[in-house]
Amino acid sequence: MKDHLGRPLVAVTGIGMVTPLGWGAALSWARLLAGDSGIRRIGRFPLDHLKTTIAGTVDLPEEDDGGSTAFSSPQRVERMAAFAIAEAIAEARIGSEGDFPGALMLGMPPVEHEWPQRFALARAAHAGRYPDMVRAATGHRDLYETFLFGGIGERLAARFGTKGAPISTTTACATGATAIQTAVEAIQRGETLAAIAVGADGSVQPEALIRFSLLSALSTRNEDPARAARPFEKSRDGFVMAEGAAALVLEDYEAARARGARIIGLVAGCGERADSFHRTRSNPDGAAIIGAIRNAIADAGVAPVEVGYVNGHGTGTPENDKMEALGMRAVFGEAPPPISSIKSMIGHTLSAAGAIEAAASLLSIRDQVLPPTINHVEPDPSIMLDVVPNTARQVNGLRHVLSNSFGFGGQNVCLLLSAPPEA
Amino acid sequence: MNREIWITGIGLVTSLGEGRAAHWQALNAGATPVVDTETFAPYPVHPLPVLNLDAQIPRKGDQRQMEPWQRLGTYAAGLAIDDAGARGLVADMHLIVAAGGGERDVTVDEAIATELADRPETESGPILNERLANGLRPTLFLAQLSNLLAGNISIVHGVTGSSRTFMGEESAAADAIRIAHARLAEGRGEIALVGGAFAAQRWDMVLLYAPGGALWQGAPVPVSERAGGGAVLGAMSAFLVLEHAEHARARGVRGIAKLSGVATDASRRAGPGDAAASATGLLAKLPIAAGALGVLSGDSGAAVQADEARFLAALPDAVTRRPGTLIGHGTEASFPAHVALAATAIGEGGFYPVLDPADTVSRAAPRQILVTGFGIFRGEALALVEPAI
Repeated sequence: MKDHLGRPLVAVTGIGMVTPLGWGAALSWARLLAGDSGIRRIGRFPLDHLKTTIAGTVDLPEEDDGGSTAFSSPQRVERMAAFAIAEAIAEARIGSEGDFPGALMLGMPPVEHEWPQRFALARAAHAGRYPDMVRAATGHRDLYETFLFGGIGERLAARFGTKGAPISTTTACATGATAIQTAVEAIQRGETLAAIAVGADGSVQPEALIRFSLLSALSTRNEDPARAARPFEKSRDGFVMAEGAAALVLEDYEAARARGARIIGLVAGCGERADSFHRTRSNPDGAAIIGAIRNAIADAGVAPVEVGYVNGHGTGTPENDKMEALGMRAVFGEAPPPISSIKSMIGHTLSAAGAIEAAASLLSIRDQVLPPTINHVEPDPSIMLDVVPNTARQVNGLRHVLSNSFGFGGQNVCLLLSAPPEA
Repeated sequence: MNREIWITGIGLVTSLGEGRAAHWQALNAGATPVVDTETFAPYPVHPLPVLNLDAQIPRKGDQRQMEPWQRLGTYAAGLAIDDAGARGLVADMHLIVAAGGGERDVTVDEAIATELADRPETESGPILNERLANGLRPTLFLAQLSNLLAGNISIVHGVTGSSRTFMGEESAAADAIRIAHARLAEGRGEIALVGGAFAAQRWDMVLLYAPGGALWQGAPVPVSERAGGGAVLGAMSAFLVLEHAEHARARGVRGIAKLSGVATDASRRAGPGDAAASATGLLAKLPIAAGALGVLSGDSGAAVQADEARFLAALPDAVTRRPGTLIGHGTEASFPAHVALAATAIGEGGFYPVLDPADTVSRAAPRQILVTGFGIFRGEALALVEPAI
């Protein structure tokens, strides 16, 4: 079965997820529909002198509540990604243990040595200058392999037996969507019949938090963590950093049907458009956001009126939500579909967000239910949209969901997720 | 669909200079390596030449928003767009960047490490927060962020068709070129910009790569004489403008070379010969003709060169050149730089003279040039270029 452009349909046959609400897609999804918040006070490191002291951290199973700095970002990314991939493969029942018959596309944050590593090297060298740390690092191949950009992808590829060179992508907050798009295109091109697309992030460490703080991007509503993330709400004051991962098993639709797989839904369209306006802000005309949304809908061969729900980027920064609303109005006119932001509950999982939100969009179609935007107290008069306030909503006949991802550096990627073709 | 794709623009900066004409001349004139053995001793580097940044990044405000790595890549990307005469085509030009890590503020890092390394975390943690909050420039984050090289190319040059950034050292660049080529070949767009940059003169890069045992120490010798002893990091950036041949013809532009194919894989490297077998497997994916074959080897001097030697030994009629002896190893920029050098030779209708003592003694100018890339950690890649007719 081909799409309107003569390309193979791309089916989703497995979903895996780790969020601040739990390890596992079923648990995360149930708690998202219940309107639970996964945002809490950070327990991983001292919080003195920090403007923001809350996040959606994910503890590893062996960590005490709140965690510690013993695990670096690349280790957390790898662990969460591996869990999500294993869960997605188990649902898809594809391949055999350690032998996945397709490619791996990994969306992940840039990684680098962190302060615990620098301190350890400086201690070993009895001096803190780089030449001293380099001398102390000699022979520490583990340090090299952990912090190489290609290290995580290689270890995941080896563990799951994916085929070909793993591709690691970063497009800031659109990373997870880019990983999915890269996988979808490989299947549409006929390069592979199956692929894993995973987005993962585990960046809650002091320097990353401070860097976002210095850009005034984070909410400082520290006193009530669960109420801090307020996408589309009048008093929103920034996003809340969070961690997590989601993986999709993507397959050529006919190949999936032929092996008797259960089809959860389709990635029917992908659209992107870069913005050349500013490093952190969208062009006020919204052209790139509007272009990315329109490209995704057109790529899927549907009309805007057929989109029944939008899983928004909805970070909760004053700027993003305003621009996203502008894009909604431009594309959908006077009667836009409902839009909600699960970031109100799990925060902004950064490199994972596009993948987690694509997964949530597919589950909305499967279960015919829209997750809420919690913490919606007072609407922003400049964002008059149906944001599915505070309570999940049961729906009927939902077939097409748009998932938006917009990132620093002018990165805009939108996905159109659809119900399986009617038999 | 499998449309013909040309390389219509090259932006190349290495320690030997900038631009394809300068590299063609330098390599044919018996250039000697430009090396700095002092600054990062015991590790030598091939330094960047002086760049007139204003020529490609006219706004000082933009230059201030970047660190050297992003400036270098943005500069080379601009050279490629100019070389292709494609300034008017940037709005719908697609972009894939192979990115490394951004720069650290070395002064801040050293001061904090010196002050706090010996204290327990309960004591150092609060002070670390304070030092970072007061010591980091707010703009450094963006000047550091891996996807912001692509972001700056969009902002400075207006490239907005799409924008993706791949990570993963050498193989990220090979896959960036492979996918940019495949997307154009199947009709997703008409023109794309793809490449990478590597700012070698950075202590944080030395700290990342030195523990892997992959860096050469002391005065450099030719790559073929290093017995796997390591790479010499080379500052470089290479961007290619890829274009559907019909699109180029329609606007009266001749291709520098045709990019006939790109193939990549990543063996687990569980044993000697695995990487060679992986690369050999890729040969079947490329339309290699019978007869003399130019080979532009990505030999870096690191451990994997035994596999690369094994791979090369099995290629009949290969005329092999090892530019790594002259320009060093540029991680994400290496494979694009070697494709750029191969395309340049095709465009000039010739090939390079012997660059390394192990190079094939021959004055042949093969019609096809195979570019090889073996990642120091992982990844095997091949690209094939030939005349654009």
